[in-house]
Amino acid sequence: MEPVHASAREIARAVNAREVSAAEIAETMIPHVRAVDEHLGAYLTLTPDLMREHARRVDARIAAGESLPLAGVPAAIKDNMCLAGTRTTCASKILADWVAPYTATAVARLLDAGALPIGKTNMDEFAMGSSGENSALGKTKNPYDLDRVPGGSSAGSAAAVGGFVATISTGSDTGGSIREPAAFCNVVGFKPTYGRVSRYGLIAFASSLDQIGPFARTVEDAALTYDALGGHDPMDATSADVAFETTAGHLRDDLRGVRVGIVREFATSDLAPGVAAAYEAAYADLAKLGAELVEVELPTAKYGLSTYYLIAPAECSSNLARFDGVRYGLRVDGADVGEMYEKTRAAGFGPEVKRRILIGTYALSSGYYDAYYVKAQKARTRIADDFRRAFAKCDVIASPAASSPAFTFNAKSDPYSMYLMDYYTIPVSLAGLPSLSVPCGSAVPDGGTRPMPLGLQLASPLFTERALLGYAHAYERATRHAGKLAPDPHCHPELVEGQR
Amino acid sequence: MATERIDVRGVARLARLALSDDEIERYGAQLEDLLKHVDDLKGLDTSDVAATAQVIESRNVTRPDTLVPCLPHETVMAGAPQPQHGFFRVPKIIAEEG
Repeated sequence: MEPVHASAREIARAVNAREVSAAEIAETMIPHVRAVDEHLGAYLTLTPDLMREHARRVDARIAAGESLPLAGVPAAIKDNMCLAGTRTTCASKILADWVAPYTATAVARLLDAGALPIGKTNMDEFAMGSSGENSALGKTKNPYDLDRVPGGSSAGSAAAVGGFVATISTGSDTGGSIREPAAFCNVVGFKPTYGRVSRYGLIAFASSLDQIGPFARTVEDAALTYDALGGHDPMDATSADVAFETTAGHLRDDLRGVRVGIVREFATSDLAPGVAAAYEAAYADLAKLGAELVEVELPTAKYGLSTYYLIAPAECSSNLARFDGVRYGLRVDGADVGEMYEKTRAAGFGPEVKRRILIGTYALSSGYYDAYYVKAQKARTRIADDFRRAFAKCDVIASPAASSPAFTFNAKSDPYSMYLMDYYTIPVSLAGLPSLSVPCGSAVPDGGTRPMPLGLQLASPLFTERALLGYAHAYERATRHAGKLAPDPHCHPELVEGQR
Repeated sequence: MATERIDVRGVARLARLALSDDEIERYGAQLEDLLKHVDDLKGLDTSDVAATAQVIESRNVTRPDTLVPCLPHETVMAGAPQPQHGFFRVPKIIAEEG
């Protein structure tokens, strides 16, 4: 078992069987991650001491007779999730030196399942962005082409798994922040139903939409990780107090009897020809596995972006009010407390965060509240109703995860063109549905020379994670697209070494 | 509504954000551009529709009114930019008279 390229399932099996120790895995991964991440930039903070400590703990528990679902699995954690004693920055200057005093429930559960923390990953500042470029603290590159973006906002978490510097990772998804970077980085990214995974210790962006979920290189590993992360948590009053269904042991290999909805309004003719062809082929592959393809309508999906860009900034402007220089993070002095607030926030927040705070403050301000915020909340009801109607005709909806493969750095200078990247993921988020992106082939981007990965988005009714991961598993098993692309040679130092 | 000029300075004041003149100009134009896009929502009939604040059914959540452990005082204060005697020190809040 070679830990850099092995699956989480293989690693956990070998560690539980005592064929290899968690400590040995940690000692293999630590220098590998250091060498590769110089090129990739997936991490903001590496935690080798903590990784060794957890490896010792895992080895002791296994020696005592326990079996752990993620025993010795190297895991990366998005830097908007608290890990006690470790810098937790949200990739923002305002939290650049903040050390978390407690651990997020999802992270605690991951570590309790035996995962080994490699470090904290880069992201768009406060999870606002679709390319990773909004980080104030680092530049993460796409493991499949270092000249391209990894996607965002969970940029480093997707790049780390795609670039083989983590086996699994955690991300958070508000409007597509797990699914879009997963598509760009050739990995599986899974956003569970809103409320399935506790948000306690996740630094809030838009509380009615934020959801934690896993990245992995296989659907099965994503399922194993989700099983560890999920479940009710009394510390998060919005975490769903419903029975938790594990998924990893319940994946399926065919799609017989499954009705897959293809959305009329998401015509592939809107996409670049190579991209459209890949999605047409993906839908055909679903049918070959026994699925019945049915056309469904989501007439209000086109209002998703507008709805989202009122609701999410409104919630963001409220949530980020807590960063005022008083209790934690950066402070810039001022003559009085008001000036201190204004200067601190001006110096601490980057442009996209400021933009969204301004949008949200405007949408919530007196005189505009009904026209913008309430209207958007009503639009959200209509969008969720459309999905409910569609699911009367199908079991799962298939669509692109993003409107193009990964683009080059600085390619989207206009904020709205960046927002459009999440056209397919945002309506699903507004409806709170479980949804994932699974590798579905590749296309050469406009102006590019090498093929870049694409992701198929699958979305299913609320709380049907087990079924959803099962469909994705059947598709992955039949197509095995992820293995057809090779990451940049810098993600394999032994190969780069061999070329010299 | 989207054609109306937005008082970006006023919005920034509400948001407690100090912005330079350049930023006022730039964010103002971007905000107006976004509001033009979201204007499409006017085309969506929501007359008989309830607002959705959150998609999953929620009810009031309570717990027994008993003491549970919380973070130690010094752990909480460790992240404060200017702690003093176990408190958060801030610049003066009350303006001087005159």
